[in-house]
Amino acid sequence: MKRPLMLIPAIVFAVMAVLLAVGLNLNPREVPSPLVGKPVPEFELARLKDPQATLGSADLSGRVSLLNVWATWCVSCRAEHKLLMALAKTGEVDIYGLNYKDERDAAMRWLQVYGDPYVANAFDGDGRVGIDWGVYGTPETFVIDSQGVIRHKVIGPLSAEIVKERILPLVRQLNSRS
Amino acid sequence: MTPELGQFALILALCLAVIQSTLPLIGTYTGERHWMSLGSTAAWGQFTFLSIGLCCLIYAFLDNDFSVAYVASNSNTLLPTMYKISAVWGAHEGSLLLWVFMQGAWGVAVAAFSGKLPETVRARVLSVMGMVGVGFLLFMLLTSNPFERLYPAPLEGRDLNPLLQDPGLAIHPPMLYMGYVGFSVAFSFALAALLGGKLDAAWARWSRPWTTVAWVCLTIGITLGSWWAYNELGWGGWWFWDPVENASFIPWLVGTALVHSLAVTEKRGAFKSWTVLLAITAFSMSLLGTFLVRSGVLTSVHAFATDPGRGIFILTFLCIVIGGSLIIYAWRAPTVTGGGRFDFVSRETLLLANNVLLVIVAALILLGTLFPLIYDAFELGKISVGFPWFNKMFISFMPLLILVMGIGPNTRWKRQDPAELARRLRLAFIVSVTLGVVFALPLLPGASPLAGLGIGLAAWLVTTLTTSVVDRLRHKRGLAAIWRDVTVQGRSYYGMVLAHLGMASAVVGVTLVSLHGVEKDVRMSPGESLEMAGYTFVLEGVEKHQGPNYRADRGKVRILRDDEEIALLMPEKRTYTVQTKPMTEAAIDIRPTRDLYVSLGEPVGGGDWSVRVYYKPFVRWIWFGGILMALGGLLAVSDRRYRLSVRSRRTIDATVTPAAQEASG
Repeated sequence: MKRPLMLIPAIVFAVMAVLLAVGLNLNPREVPSPLVGKPVPEFELARLKDPQATLGSADLSGRVSLLNVWATWCVSCRAEHKLLMALAKTGEVDIYGLNYKDERDAAMRWLQVYGDPYVANAFDGDGRVGIDWGVYGTPETFVIDSQGVIRHKVIGPLSAEIVKERILPLVRQLNSRS
Repeated sequence: MTPELGQFALILALCLAVIQSTLPLIGTYTGERHWMSLGSTAAWGQFTFLSIGLCCLIYAFLDNDFSVAYVASNSNTLLPTMYKISAVWGAHEGSLLLWVFMQGAWGVAVAAFSGKLPETVRARVLSVMGMVGVGFLLFMLLTSNPFERLYPAPLEGRDLNPLLQDPGLAIHPPMLYMGYVGFSVAFSFALAALLGGKLDAAWARWSRPWTTVAWVCLTIGITLGSWWAYNELGWGGWWFWDPVENASFIPWLVGTALVHSLAVTEKRGAFKSWTVLLAITAFSMSLLGTFLVRSGVLTSVHAFATDPGRGIFILTFLCIVIGGSLIIYAWRAPTVTGGGRFDFVSRETLLLANNVLLVIVAALILLGTLFPLIYDAFELGKISVGFPWFNKMFISFMPLLILVMGIGPNTRWKRQDPAELARRLRLAFIVSVTLGVVFALPLLPGASPLAGLGIGLAAWLVTTLTTSVVDRLRHKRGLAAIWRDVTVQGRSYYGMVLAHLGMASAVVGVTLVSLHGVEKDVRMSPGESLEMAGYTFVLEGVEKHQGPNYRADRGKVRILRDDEEIALLMPEKRTYTVQTKPMTEAAIDIRPTRDLYVSLGEPVGGGDWSVRVYYKPFVRWIWFGGILMALGGLLAVSDRRYRLSVRSRRTIDATVTPAAQEASG
């Protein structure tokens, strides 16, 4: 009668171990964005290179596109920059930029030095539009379909795997649907 | 060259740990005495090589050897020397080395101070400790080698995380690890006893001092951690219910239960299998804490380097150590015979209540810590269990625990006449209820039911302890006898008194700072002033300042009370040159009954700054309580009965009067 009782701690631990093993395969940093599945937030900002012209939510529909939030003060943005350049070169998808809480001169210099993968950049110096997009850290990358609906969001720098396994398949799928 | 030497030393330590964990254990079954005695030798050898390894890493830091990857990512030529040394355990690999080093140190301590133990017991204990050592050394060498080289070597290191550049953090992790690892001794004693089939009072007495020392280290570690968070994070908080903090608090709670349950097992022979289970759990919780912190299953403000490969290794290790020991427990514990009988009203019952409450609280904190993970695993979504949940849970159980804490020391072992107990505690009860009511009724400024509860409970602890001490000393004749009792005879008793007073101090601190702390987050321009809690804070200005490896904006805040200056605080906003992380260096004016805490936020334009100002009444009492608890533990360990051999102990028992025996412990 006593023996089964003494097995309880071992059983409790076994359950916990299974849970922890499952937990290892989850990513606690992956926070789902409430914006996924919703149309892009309304905005209209001056372009980075050509302040007279604007870039706004209207420009983000019609074709499948990416919106990449970046800044020159952000080290991880620099890490993912090469990937963006490579992705732009394939021509599979248009990349728009949201230059976030940055200085115009610094951002222009950055694009000159490291290359410009973007179709166009919106200049969000005070970060007001970034708030509507729910940006809480740079870099962030949104996948937007041709209807202007956000389909996916990547927080943190892109990696070769993320581009290959998540972004490109999604882009192709969205392209084939429209 | 030195890093390779260090690496080589670690490999040798691993080999010796393997010997330590196998041969002595086999010896206990074959009766081979030479094999058994190998345990001590191997423990010394392992410790020697671990020391060499640690010294090599320290040398690499002092020498700015950036060809070592770990040094390159955690140090810098400009880093002050003190932080170069503390940087050794500033990140994952090095802190693991520190952990293993301490494991080795505890092994040597057991080898050195257990001359009076039966040979088989000592051999088994050292074997189990060796196994734990093997696990950690393998973990370090296979997944997190601190001596890994970097080629080409960078010219400059990436600097130590600025958060960790604080004197408190130089000693906080070592203390914490001493505590975690220390529980491995109690764990090893428990397993050795299970394997040998001899769970008796002697086993409990051997385990007690080790457990208490480990508990003291953990207490100091947690206290320092809380103090560091308060100083360094700049939010004025002293406890965040962060997974990493919980990872240290859960073993502490279980360890506290263990310390008390060991007392029952030693004195009365009761609760044996429960005590063993607690000893296993305390160390398991330390290991689980490591897993949670290192594997990245939970996010935390402390976020150490995380890596799933490491996670899998630790999880496997956990399964072997915890799962294995629990299976041994399920197999051997049923053969343990029950201890002395006791009545419902007795010290045994109260200590059982204490144990149950502590374990419930520990289990609930564990649940709260794992809850986000459970939720995620069952695909219910992402949640975070925050302050309110933990606080509510804590407030519901702590009062019960404190109630029991007051009664316990005034109760006799075995049988207590309830009427006599009630008579003895009547005065304490009246005094504490009165104090509680005074603070609960809106007669005083800032009184509230919760304040009344907190103060009443603290008063209950102090008054019941006083009752117990007075009772004990009533039998002593003359000051000399009292002095002798305090300094020589009753150290473990007075240790308990001190530790419980520490609890009272912490309760007062927590209650008052939570209820009456004032926080203000304001925008101030130079010259502007702010009134808070009867103090006037004047921001005189903010100027630039250059430190050794950082630049800072240093604010000057003058604090006045009734137009009289009481302090000039200089909070800083630092930017470390290498990691370019902004760091908040709060400035605090300290008095026993309150802290005034000022930290600089962000420049908000036009020379204005956002400034955070806190009034923290009695916050120091929390840490003072932690210090008292630790001192109490140390006093208890110094009790001479732990230093007597088993035989001489028996003769002393015979001469001690029953009354004195009753009161001790």
